[in-house]
This record gives sequence, C-alpha cells and structure tokens, in this order.
Amino acid sequence: MERIFLDNNATTLVDPSVRDAMEPFYCQMYGNPNSLHSFGIEVRPYLHRAMELLYAGIGADDEDDIIINSCATEGNNTVIMGMYFSLLKETRKKSIVTTKLEHPSIREACRFLEKQGVKVTWLSPNADGLITAQMVREVISDTTALVSVMWANNETGQILPIEEIGHVCRERGVYFHTDAVQVIGKIPVDVSAFPVDFLTFSAHKFHGPKGVGGLYMRKGVSLPPLLHGGEQMGGHRAGTVDVPGFIGMARAMELAVENLDHEQNHVRKLRDKLEDALLEIKDVLVVGDRAMRTPNTVYVSIRGVEGEALIWDLNQAGIAASTGSACASESLEASPILTAIGADKDLAHTGVRFSLSRFTTAEEINYTIDVVKKAVIRLRSMSTSY
Amino acid sequence: MAKNDLIGGSLWEQYSQKVAERMNNPRYFGELTEEDAKRLNGKLVIANEGAESCGDTVRLYWIVGNDDEVIKAAAFKSFGCGTAIASTDMMAEMCIGKTVAEATKITNLDVERALRDTEDIAAVPPQKMHCSVMAYEVIKRAAAIYRNVDISTLEEKDIVCECARVTLQTVEDAIRINDLTTVEEITDYTKAGAFCKSCIEPGGHEKRKYYLVDILARVRAEMLREQNPDQEEGDDFASLSVVKKIRAIEKVLDDNVRPVLARDGGGIELDDLECEDAGICVVSVQYMGACKGCAGSVAGTLSFVQQTLQEKLSPFIEVKVA
Repeated sequence: MERIFLDNNATTLVDPSVRDAMEPFYCQMYGNPNSLHSFGIEVRPYLHRAMELLYAGIGADDEDDIIINSCATEGNNTVIMGMYFSLLKETRKKSIVTTKLEHPSIREACRFLEKQGVKVTWLSPNADGLITAQMVREVISDTTALVSVMWANNETGQILPIEEIGHVCRERGVYFHTDAVQVIGKIPVDVSAFPVDFLTFSAHKFHGPKGVGGLYMRKGVSLPPLLHGGEQMGGHRAGTVDVPGFIGMARAMELAVENLDHEQNHVRKLRDKLEDALLEIKDVLVVGDRAMRTPNTVYVSIRGVEGEALIWDLNQAGIAASTGSACASESLEASPILTAIGADKDLAHTGVRFSLSRFTTAEEINYTIDVVKKAVIRLRSMSTSY
Repeated sequence: MAKNDLIGGSLWEQYSQKVAERMNNPRYFGELTEEDAKRLNGKLVIANEGAESCGDTVRLYWIVGNDDEVIKAAAFKSFGCGTAIASTDMMAEMCIGKTVAEATKITNLDVERALRDTEDIAAVPPQKMHCSVMAYEVIKRAAAIYRNVDISTLEEKDIVCECARVTLQTVEDAIRINDLTTVEEITDYTKAGAFCKSCIEPGGHEKRKYYLVDILARVRAEMLREQNPDQEEGDDFASLSVVKKIRAIEKVLDDNVRPVLARDGGGIELDDLECEDAGICVVSVQYMGACKGCAGSVAGTLSFVQQTLQEKLSPFIEVKVA
C-alpha cells in the first residue's frame, strides 16, 4: 500500500539531497574535526561552510553564536537550565514567564525549576488560541529573568506575535527565548529583524536528519553549558559534533530557505484545499485563521468523531496524521488548545492535525479528502452523538 | 527501567489483533428499537454512560426476554477511540445469552481478557484500561434501568471525579479488583483524576469531598486487614472516642517519639486533634526544647512523627505544626 505522510510537524523525511550531502562524512571524511592530523583538518572547511549556511538561514550576525547540539529539546533545556545556574539561582531574578502551549521540553524543564523554587508564570492562550505581547507585558516583573514563547504552535500551526513579544522583553531588559522548531522552512526566520536572545530548532522538522539541532544565542549573551567536558562549540557544548548531522542540517536549512516560496504557494494551496474539503463536512471546526498559520498545518475538530478513532481509520488507509486527543496520549488530558479557545467541551477529544510538507502531492491530498470523508461517515454512524 | 522500557511503548502496537479487528469491524454496533423488542418478545433497555467532553461515551441497547430475563440482543453506539469501540463491542457480545443478573457480573477485566490474543498478554496498554471500565459501567446502568431502580439513586452516587463522572464505588472497585497501588493506576483504570486533577489530592483548583490519595490509602488498608484478619492494626483507631484517640497518640509519642527527640534535647507536645468525616485525623503538635525553631524540625522530624503515628495507629493521620 502506498502510504501518505501528513504528520510533518512530528518529523519529516530526509531530503535525498541532504542525505547526499551527509554521505561522504561517514566512511570517507570521518575524522574528528578537533584532531590535529589531516583526517581532522579535511573536515573543517565543510564545517565552516555548514556554519555559514546556518547563519545565513536564520539571519544571524557573525558575532552571534549558533551552537550545534542534538535537538531543540536539548537547546530548550540548555536555555532553561542555563538561566537557572546563571541568574535564577543566585541573583534577584527569580522568575520565568512561559506559556501553556509550549513543547514538553520547555514545560517540564520549567516545572523542574519550580521545584527548585523558581516562580514560573504560565500564560494561557486567549480565545483565539494566541499569546499576545500585552499578556507578556502584564506579567513581566523586576524579578523576571526570561520569557520563553514558541514561534508557532505545533498542534495548530498558529504563529505567535514573536516580534512584538521580543520588543516587550527588550524594553523590560528581560531575556527572550523562542522555540522555532515549527517555523524553519515554513515562514522566513530572521533574528536580525527583531530582538530575540535565544532561538532553538531541530533539523528533522525541516527535512534534515534526526538527532541534530541548533541553539542561537545573540552576541553578548552567555549561558553555562548543559554538557561539560570539551572545548567544542567554543566551550558552549562539549562533545564531538555529529559531523554528518551538522552538514545535513546545514544543507536542509539551505533547502528550507530556497523552498520558502514553494511552501507559501504550493504547500499552502494543498493545505487550503484539504482544509476547504474538511470544512464541507457538517459540524467541523478548524482552529486559527489560516492566514495566521504555518502554511502546512490544519487542525480540525469534527463533532462526534473521537480523534484517535479518526487517525486509526486514516492509518488503516495508509495515511499518517496525528491527534492531540486525550485518548491517544498517555496523559489522557483534554487538548489544551481546544480548551483554551473555549471550544464546546464535547470537542475536546476530537482534534486531528494534518501537517503537509513540500513533498506532499495533490494526488495525496485528493486521496486523503476521500478517506477522511468515508471515515467520518463510518465513525459518526457508530457515534452516540450522531 | 529496563531494556524494553527505554524505547517506550507504542500505544497501537500494544493493542491485540482482536481489538484491531473489532475496531475495524465491530459486530454489534447499531441500535435496537421497540419493534425489535416486540419481535423478540422482550423489553428494550437503553443505557448511556460517559460524556463526550471526557473523551468517550457509550450507549448500550438490550432486549431482555419477558419470560426469562435473558438478554436476547445487544447493540451499542460509541464515541471513543479504538479500544473503547472494541471493548464495548466485546461487552455487547458477552451480554447476549446471559440473564441480567449474570451480565452484571461481567467486569472490565472479563472484557479485556476476552479481547486478548494470548492468555498472558494484555489486550490493551494500561492507559487504555478505562475504556473497558466504561463498558462494564454501562452494564450496571442498563441493569439498574431494567430493574427500574430509580435513576436518581444512580446519579446521587458519590462522585469522586466530576470530569469523568467516576463514583466512589467505581474507584474502590477498581482498586480492589485490579489490586491498584498508585493514583496513576487509578487514573489509568477509571479516568478519575485524568482531567482537571482536582480529585487527586487537596490543593487542586477545586475543593473535593473525596481525594484519590485518601481513598487509595483507606482501601489499601482495608485490603491489608482483610488479608490479615488477626493482625491488630491501628484500624480501630477511627472508631475510638476522641479521648481514647488522644491517649493512643500520647502513648505512641511517649513510647516511640519522645525518646528519640530527647536524644537531641528536644521534645514534642500534642496541641490539637481534628478528625474529618472522610476518616482523616489531623494531629497538631508543638515542638519543645531544641526542636523549637530548628529549621530541620519542620521537614525531618515532622515526617518522622507522622510516619510513626501512621505505622502505629492509622494511615489516615496527618501531622502538622500548630
């Protein structure tokens, strides 16, 4: 059976050209870039070139740092834990502001700091599912060390007003971090255009390999390392860098930037087509204004159809989508986003996310529309509410 | 943690084939009508359980024979995930041919066991057990409707978890039948505590009459007592008069606590005792001598005192500084 992958906010296929770029660094140029001999030296120009691509990809200044690490989870933990050891633990700065929308790597790291006595303010999204700069402004105090707000929500694709929030933080002299995992390759990312001190991303969300990511740190900002034991990454992150991964991520970043137009046109059109078709079904709710979302994501709630049941049926037909439905997650909690936007309580367990990529085709979307409609008919025929 | 836990479980990988088959092709989904009842010479019973806002609902239809109370036909509708649909389907099948009295003896474990492919491998992962619990709950409700027990008696049952509408009886049964030892397990089996979490322990956003931590402690203590009927535990502590309770506490303080504190030049006095309906007794104490004002006394000594009183008298004793 031909399978269709519409779960690209979870991970993506590695672009074949990325794999090609990585290939020589496994069996030919496998030297440790920190070695003195030729095996080490021959790798180094490629690393410099890769660094150039990453800096260009997010608009970083030469004086800024991009730490190559294992993933955005590591980057997020580096920021939160680094804030604890550099500021929160010993200075009068005692608090962090973040949101209830964040990825678990921010959420759980902050919860861990709460246990160490740090005050964490958890902003709830407004009725549109968004966090506003005004909300941030209202809760920042003299003791706030850091504000951390994701750039786009993984579930709904909604883009948050990161620029405005960055300005508020700058005005108040508070560090600002954004988890940019869901935006690289989907919308332009330019850290020179607005104040952001830390930004994190993962290669596998933009057709790079798994297990490699980046942490951007603005010039003049410093954090103690999470991993100690070596001078790699200027002492910011010990451990021999994953050379093929780094090279692959850089190539993936290059392609992500090159394909932004394609994403905005082709991918967006396919997404909109799917979304329009979903909206033709009776009693359906799509979260967030489509113009204000990443172009690849649609999060839909179909009354009477439990989320996990729907993705089960899709999976039977070879289509991969995902659900924030309580029933499918280990935690059994209702979707925070549906709760936040004040959706009818009966919809709390119906959310299903389709996330496309630049590899998604029109045929795949047509087939998906067909399968979703059939699944909805089947599941509603069984449903107590239909 | 061990080799198999490191990669972590995949939810669907842990479903049995039978669960998958019944999700794809449930055999008993649909509705039964008065006409069906007439045709089968029986009485139509329709029971609803759960709420969509909680993640799953089920509606069970029975036709119960007029002469013999045997369930002639069963059907269901369900808003829920695959395991909810599969469990309900299996449950409906298991009801058929049984009398109402027999059917009410079907438990969630019977349903889950019937869905297994092999005897010793669970049909669903633990966090999906609540789906089969609902299948079992709806049988009880259907039986109550059939027997014409006033519905309001059902509704007035002590609800522990409002979000998931889980009753005290359900929580107690789940603990006993499945030998649960943690609150997380109670949540997996019953869904109580899965949502707003207010009912897990005091301090949530809503004040509750019952808390899972307390129910668990009480039921576990009861189970222990049932297993060791001869053992003279502090179980009758709850039934003592206030004066006798105070005497019992003083005796434990004298025998087990004060000698220890005295070694460091400290002491302790009983200040007050408050016992709530739920069986929790809050013992207020004051530190004397070296313990007084010592930062360590609040955490360390307090937990020592509480543990000792719990061990000697009752697991429902809480100690605080007056």
